[in-house]
Amino acid sequence: MSQGIYLDNNATTRVDPEVLQEMLPLFTEHFGNPSSMHGFGAAVGGKIEWARKQVQALLGAAHDSEIVFTSGGTESDNTAILSALEAYPKKREIVTSVVEHPGVLALCEYLEKKRGYTVHRIPVDNKGNLDMEAYRAALSDRVAIVSIMWANNETGTIFPVEELARMAKEVGAVFHTDAVQSVGKIPMKLADSAIDMLSLSGHKLHAPKGIGALYVKRGLRFRPMLRGGHQERSRRAGTENAPAIVGLGAAAQLALVHMGEENTRVKALRDRLEQAILAAVPSCFVTGNPDDRLPNTCNIAFEYIEGEAILLLLNEAGIAASSGSACTSGSLEPSHVMRAMGVPYTAAHGATRFSLSRDTTEEEIDRVIAVVPGIIAKLRSLSPYWQQEAGRPKEFAPVYS
Amino acid sequence: MWNYTDKVKEHFFNPKNSGVLDSANAVGEVGSITCGDALRLMLKVDPDTQIILDAKFQTFGCGSAIASSSALTEMIIGKTVDEALTLTNRDIAEYLGGLPPEKMHCSVMGAEALRAAIANYKGEAWEDDHEEGELVCKCFGVDAAMIERAVTVNGLTTLEEVTHYTKAGGSCQTCHEKIEEVLEEVLAKTGALKPAARHAPGTVGLDAIKPLEPKAEPAAAPKLTNVQRMQAIMSAIEEMRPQIQRDGGDVELVDIDGKDIYVRLSGACSGCSQSAGTMMGVQMKLVEKLGEFVRVKPASLMPAHAG
Repeated sequence: MSQGIYLDNNATTRVDPEVLQEMLPLFTEHFGNPSSMHGFGAAVGGKIEWARKQVQALLGAAHDSEIVFTSGGTESDNTAILSALEAYPKKREIVTSVVEHPGVLALCEYLEKKRGYTVHRIPVDNKGNLDMEAYRAALSDRVAIVSIMWANNETGTIFPVEELARMAKEVGAVFHTDAVQSVGKIPMKLADSAIDMLSLSGHKLHAPKGIGALYVKRGLRFRPMLRGGHQERSRRAGTENAPAIVGLGAAAQLALVHMGEENTRVKALRDRLEQAILAAVPSCFVTGNPDDRLPNTCNIAFEYIEGEAILLLLNEAGIAASSGSACTSGSLEPSHVMRAMGVPYTAAHGATRFSLSRDTTEEEIDRVIAVVPGIIAKLRSLSPYWQQEAGRPKEFAPVYS
Repeated sequence: MWNYTDKVKEHFFNPKNSGVLDSANAVGEVGSITCGDALRLMLKVDPDTQIILDAKFQTFGCGSAIASSSALTEMIIGKTVDEALTLTNRDIAEYLGGLPPEKMHCSVMGAEALRAAIANYKGEAWEDDHEEGELVCKCFGVDAAMIERAVTVNGLTTLEEVTHYTKAGGSCQTCHEKIEEVLEEVLAKTGALKPAARHAPGTVGLDAIKPLEPKAEPAAAPKLTNVQRMQAIMSAIEEMRPQIQRDGGDVELVDIDGKDIYVRLSGACSGCSQSAGTMMGVQMKLVEKLGEFVRVKPASLMPAHAG
């Protein structure tokens, strides 16, 4: 698999070699604790502040002090929501969407069931676009926080976060966005925005796993989730993961350099992959909003076959992708995102995500285009829902459903 | 990634006996596309010797579902019908060198398809199974009888295991209590649930605990007459219509054919990409109302003679 084609970049990305080079001295030469009152510590502290400025630049934030380093997207999401609820204890409502990452959804469910909060989950249409009327209706002065993702991890569909944030501000709610998938892929300027908090994760942008950040707009009421030492201006206690923080800083710097490429070359490769598959394979379609999507993400629902089987055959051909199929996760239900968009079960089980990165080459995409139709045909030849000779679906209604 | 054995991989990458068996005289179909796996098992049985001369399968599902189907066909060809009936899902899993616990339901699906096919060969009505046993998991259409079989054959002791083996309880979770009741009943019957011989110091033994007064048995739901059943279906659809009409659509009952309920969606629902979700919602409502598993299908799928 070392020479494999990696198209699962929305799950995680390869650490960029330049990022690794920046990190290595933090394990050897600059190993001090940044909180220590000596030169070993000061050297590391300086590097952390350098990293903070890189993340500030990537987000277009007004101040570097608005960046709080965390362990990743889930911690950032949890911190943002819990902070707002604690800061505004009289407000007992939360607004989110049905297609959020479990880092938000599972916490909201917990808060609803165990802490008695009211959670408004805004539905999406069949392209994954947020129901703006339902959103407007859910907003009131009872809402402590709105937490809605910037772009969906499965389909890449982008939400109008700036508009959503402005609407949230009109009723006095804090606005948080889980931007784990969009940071580094689309330009941002939080300094001019109504967004109060934003989560990001290092390993989605060629930094290592286990590092992330939470943007907290200056002046926003904030309550820490982790209490202890005075690290991160008392907003996130615990000795800093200095090598990973420096890695994130380097990755942020590189992301700015490569953002143009992401939106041109990578996007063009994605479009070519998508169009070629749609042209060669019957009964499949792109999920999400084709006109407003992350440039690297393509999610195709192949009807009448199951995603795990697709991934196993792709893997055998040296191609790594991802699926909204239940069987890949050990869960028994297909992706909540596919279900929320009303993708029929005939297709939801076979939804397959190809997510590219700046490492993806034209040759790799050619290879995937050559391999996918055969894999789909092979699995359909085994499927009781597919009429092989006619090349179309057939009626199959098992007695014991 | 799942840790599949080489045997599972062999049967997945190069499945044996896949495709349609034109000369089949026994067909078993289990699962559904909603559940994420479905299997059509076709057998050719020699009526004189009762030997299974040939077997083929078509499977919609994951790697282990396809491998389990392939293994099953290899295991039963050459056996008599009665010999085949002694095969359990454990035999399928063992033949494959084991399956991940979360995938054991694939082997159960194979064993159930075999029972369905042989019932079909013998002219028995497999669908009656649901009437024998109470429908426990409405999301995945699993009845008490299927849970009992899985528990007995595989020595299951926990709710999580029952879900891994049958899928029951793997969705909305509202049936967890019922599953635990079935599980306890089977364990009590098989003697697997025995009081601990000794208890820890400072705690009391089971014999010291006064049992609660037994609750009166809930009266069994009376079997509906055909007319009552039809009325129940009509009233359930009437209850759902206002919600569907609010979304600019409508639903109309067209026909009832045993377990198949044919409806017609109109207005905004017609051709809507979410119509499958609407159909599923109607189906869930009817299953709940009738206490039996039914399928809701679009009127366009009605057999020609019925329409």
